[in-house]
Amino acid sequence: MAVDASFVGRTWPPRTYRVGAEKVREFARAVGATDPVHTDVEAARAAGHADVVAPPTFPVVFTWEATREVVDDPALGLDFTRVVHRDQSFELHRPVVAGDELTTVVSVAEVKQLAGNDVVTFRCDVTAPDGGSVLVSTATLVGRAGDDA
Amino acid sequence: MSLPAVTVGDELDGRTVTLTRADLVRYAGASGDLNPIHWNERTATAVGLPGVIAHGMLTMGLAAQFVADWAGDPAAVRSVTTRFTRPVVVPDDDAGATVTLGASVKAVDDDGAVTLAVTAHGPDGKAVLGKALAVVRAR
Repeated sequence: MAVDASFVGRTWPPRTYRVGAEKVREFARAVGATDPVHTDVEAARAAGHADVVAPPTFPVVFTWEATREVVDDPALGLDFTRVVHRDQSFELHRPVVAGDELTTVVSVAEVKQLAGNDVVTFRCDVTAPDGGSVLVSTATLVGRAGDDA
Repeated sequence: MSLPAVTVGDELDGRTVTLTRADLVRYAGASGDLNPIHWNERTATAVGLPGVIAHGMLTMGLAAQFVADWAGDPAAVRSVTTRFTRPVVVPDDDAGATVTLGASVKAVDDDGAVTLAVTAHGPDGKAVLGKALAVVRAR
């Protein structure tokens, strides 16, 4: 089933995620981020941050989950089990730190068909409680068409 | 803190990272991406993959880390973008699979922002990330 181009611009209800220091430490270990600003509050404060700093791709922890929920929306017509993650970007307007309470709004930025496959770009706008933009992430997913011969 | 001085066309010293199944399980837990193709051979082969593969986002995370280490400040990384071109197949052994990272300077802006074209190659020498870019600017 092809994803309808009329979905472009549609948004889904906001989701809030609170960044925890232990999650930041765990993620930093998993990507080999050894700078003490990721694990040691004192080192982070000395570098001018409020708390331990998340590595640049950490936002996937909450943006992927938010996007996944949208992909599962039956109205969209994508089958998550047949989806391939083709492209990813993060535009960071400030570093994410432990203690941040971040709100993510997912929208459909682009819908294309390529060789019978749906190619959908999801955009996540992530903001702080004051409304200021913290980051924008995009993920382009390819929904493979029916059974391959 | 300032960035290392570079000009367009400079190549950064590369880095090779080894990924084992344990690294994939650690990343699965840390990221919340529990898709079994990243830890279960049975599932991976059932969907037509040659074996368990690394999360594309883990490879991207390693690439971002390579850039952050070059910058000397993770908060200097302003954007990262990539295409996932090929999977990194991680065998069920202690040797794991290597990902070799490199970068060249694509642009240096008046405000000091440096755009890096980042490369990542799997154990067979083929690119696993495509069109990968990172923008770094000192705080």
